[in-house]
Amino acid sequence: MEVILNQLFVGLSIASILLLVALGLTFTFGQMNVINMAHGEFIMAGAYTTYVLQTALGTGFLTLSFGLALPAAFLIAGTLGLILEFLVIRRLYGRPLDTLLVTWGVGLMLQQLARDLFGAQNVNVSAPSFLDGGLTVAGVSLSYSRMFIIGVVLFVVVAIALYMQRTPAGRRMRAVMQNRPLASVSGVRTRVVDRTTFFIGSGLAGVAGVGITLLGPVGPTLGLAYLIDAFLVVIVGGLGQLRGAILAALALGMANSFIEYNTSASIAKAGVFLLIVLFLQWRPQGMVVQQRRGLAS
Amino acid sequence: MNRPIRGQRRAGRRALALALAALAVVAVGCGSDSDESSSSATSASGDTIPVGILHSLSGTMAISEVSVRDSALLAIDEINAAGGVLGKQLEPVVEDGASDWPTFAEKAQKLISTDKVAATFGGWTSASRKAMLPVFERNKALLYYPVQYEGLESSPYIFYTGATTNQQIIPGLEFLKEELEAKTLFLVGSDYVFPRTANKVIKAWAKVNDVEIVGEEYAPLGNTEYATTINKIKQAKPDAVFQTINGDSNVAFWKQFKDAGLDSETLPVISVSTSEDEVKGVGIENIVGQYVAWNYYQTTEGSKNEAFVKAYKEKYGQDRVTGDPIEAGYVSVHLWALAVEKAGTTDVEKVKEASKGLEFDAPEGKVTIDGENQHIYKTARIGQLQPDGLIKEVSGSDEPIKPDPFLKTYDWATGL
Repeated sequence: MEVILNQLFVGLSIASILLLVALGLTFTFGQMNVINMAHGEFIMAGAYTTYVLQTALGTGFLTLSFGLALPAAFLIAGTLGLILEFLVIRRLYGRPLDTLLVTWGVGLMLQQLARDLFGAQNVNVSAPSFLDGGLTVAGVSLSYSRMFIIGVVLFVVVAIALYMQRTPAGRRMRAVMQNRPLASVSGVRTRVVDRTTFFIGSGLAGVAGVGITLLGPVGPTLGLAYLIDAFLVVIVGGLGQLRGAILAALALGMANSFIEYNTSASIAKAGVFLLIVLFLQWRPQGMVVQQRRGLAS
Repeated sequence: MNRPIRGQRRAGRRALALALAALAVVAVGCGSDSDESSSSATSASGDTIPVGILHSLSGTMAISEVSVRDSALLAIDEINAAGGVLGKQLEPVVEDGASDWPTFAEKAQKLISTDKVAATFGGWTSASRKAMLPVFERNKALLYYPVQYEGLESSPYIFYTGATTNQQIIPGLEFLKEELEAKTLFLVGSDYVFPRTANKVIKAWAKVNDVEIVGEEYAPLGNTEYATTINKIKQAKPDAVFQTINGDSNVAFWKQFKDAGLDSETLPVISVSTSEDEVKGVGIENIVGQYVAWNYYQTTEGSKNEAFVKAYKEKYGQDRVTGDPIEAGYVSVHLWALAVEKAGTTDVEKVKEASKGLEFDAPEGKVTIDGENQHIYKTARIGQLQPDGLIKEVSGSDEPIKPDPFLKTYDWATGL
C-alpha cells in the first residue's frame, strides 16, 4: 500500500513537470501549429534567469530571488519568443517543416550562446530554505520542492483557464484558433493575437525552467531533456486542449512511475513510448478533440 | 492554410534559405576553433608538431570534457614555453566530438589523415573510446585517454591515463566494507557500457567478500527523474550505495536524493564519476559528506599539484577547479612529450617503446607507464565532499597500484 501511495506521488510529480514544460507548447504548437524546436531553450532561459538572479542578489536572499525569478523568467522567455516570432516564425506560418528546421537551428544557437555566457559546465541553483526537506505522511515522503512544482502548475493552469474563458483577449485567441478568416473579417487583429499567443507560450516555458532548477541540472543543453516529453504531452492530449494536456500529463506520469517501479528506468521510457504509439493508432487526434467552426478541414 | 499559394511558396523558399543560413551559422560557430588551428597546422612546415585534442565541446558531455581540453592546452603551453618537444613547438588542433560517438571516430580519422597529428588526446565516455579504438588501430596512431573506465581493454595504440577497475572501484568497495562496515550495497548507474561492466565486477567481488547486493538500477544517460529509483533504494535499505551515474544526470540524482530526506549520515553513497568540476553544478549542499573514489583531488598534497592548480586557475579563472580527469588530461600530454624526447622522434612505434616504464612526477604523485598494458600506476584515494565544495582524502592506498585492466591477479574475477 505504502509502495502504491509513494509511486502515486512520484507519478503526480512527474505529471506536474511534464505539464509544466508542455503548457507553453499547448499555445505555440497546440493553438498555432508552430513546431518550435527552440521551446527547450526557452526553458533553459528560464532556468538561467533563476541562476542570474540568485548570483546577483546573493545567497542571503534565496527566497526573494526565487520569487522574482518566476515573473522575470516569464518576461524574458516571452520576449525571446516574441523576437523569434517577429524575425523568423511569422514568415513561415503554414510551413511546419521549414519552421521545424529553422527553430532547431535557433535552438542550437541559443545553446551555444548560453555556453559562451555561462560556461559549458552546469551552474548551481540552490533551492530556497523553505523548500528543503519534506513531510512524511502515512509512510509517503512528500518533498517540499515537488509539492511546490505541483502548486506552480495548478496556479498556472487556473490562470490560463481564466484568461482563455473570461478575458476578451482570451476570447479573441479562441476565435482565431477556431476560424482564422472569420475572426479576421470580424475585426480581430490576428497578427496581434498571434504575437500574444506566442509570447504567453514562450513565457510559460520560462516559468517551467524556474521550476525544474529544483530537481535537475542547469546547463546549456537542459532544454533537450524536456523537449520531446513536452511535444508528446501535447500530441497525446490533443492539439490546443488544456484539458487534454492535463489528462495526458497525468497518464504519462503515472504510466512512467508504475512501469519504472516494476521494471527499470530504461524499460519504462521505452514502455511509455510504446503505449503512446498504440494509443495514437487507436486515437490519432489525441484524448480531447478540438471543435473547429469552419469549412476547412 | 493548406493550399500553398504563390506568395507562400516564395515565402517557403525564403524560409529554406533562412534554415540553411541558420544551420551554416551553427556549423561555423561550432567549428570555428578547429578551422583556425587546423589551417595553421596543415600549413605549418617542419617547425611545429601538430597534436590533436578531441573532446565533446557541445552536447551532454561538454559539461565534463571542456575542462579536460583546457588542461591539455595548459600542458601544451607549458611544454612550448619550455622550448617545445625536440626543439619544435606543439601546435594543438582542437576538434569537437559533440557527445556523439560516430563523430568521435570521424574526427579522429580527420586528425590523423588531414592534420597529420603526432598523437591525439581525448575521449571521455567508454562509448566514445570504443568508437575511436578501431580508427587508431587501423591507422597505427596514438590516442591518450584520460578518464577512469571499466577495464577489460588494452589496445596497443591507446595509453590509458585514467584509473582502471583495480585502481578505483575495488579500493572504493574495500573502503565501504572495511571502514564504513557496509554489508549490503545498492548499485545505481547510467545505462551504458561503463556502469554495466563495472557492476559486473562489483557483483563478482561481492560474492567472495560477504557483501550482499540488494538492488541494481540503471537509467538512460541524461535522465532527470530519479524519484522511483530512490524509492527502490529506500525500500531495499542498503548500508551504502555504489553510484556510477555519468554526466548531467548526476545533478538530478543528488538533488532528488537530498529531497527524499537522505544524506551521508542516513545513507552513504560512493560515486566514481562525480569530481570537483561536477560538484559545482550539483550544489555542495546536496552532496556534502558523501564519498567519491578517484586518484587525484585538487587538495592532493605536493608542490607539483600546487603549481598545477595555480597555473590552471591563472589561465582559466580563479573560480575554476581541477579534478581527476582534468589532471589526467594534463599528465597525458606530458607523458607523451617525455616519451618523444626519450625516443628522439614522434614515430609511433618508437614512442611506444620509449614509454615502457616511463616515470613522471605528476600532480597526483609519481606515475609510471606499465610497459605491458599501457595503463599507468596510480594511487587510489577515497575522498569526502567538504562544505567548501572541495574533496578531502579520507583513505587510500599509500603507494601507486599496478594497473590490472583484466583483473588477472584476482581469483574471483576469472570469467568476467
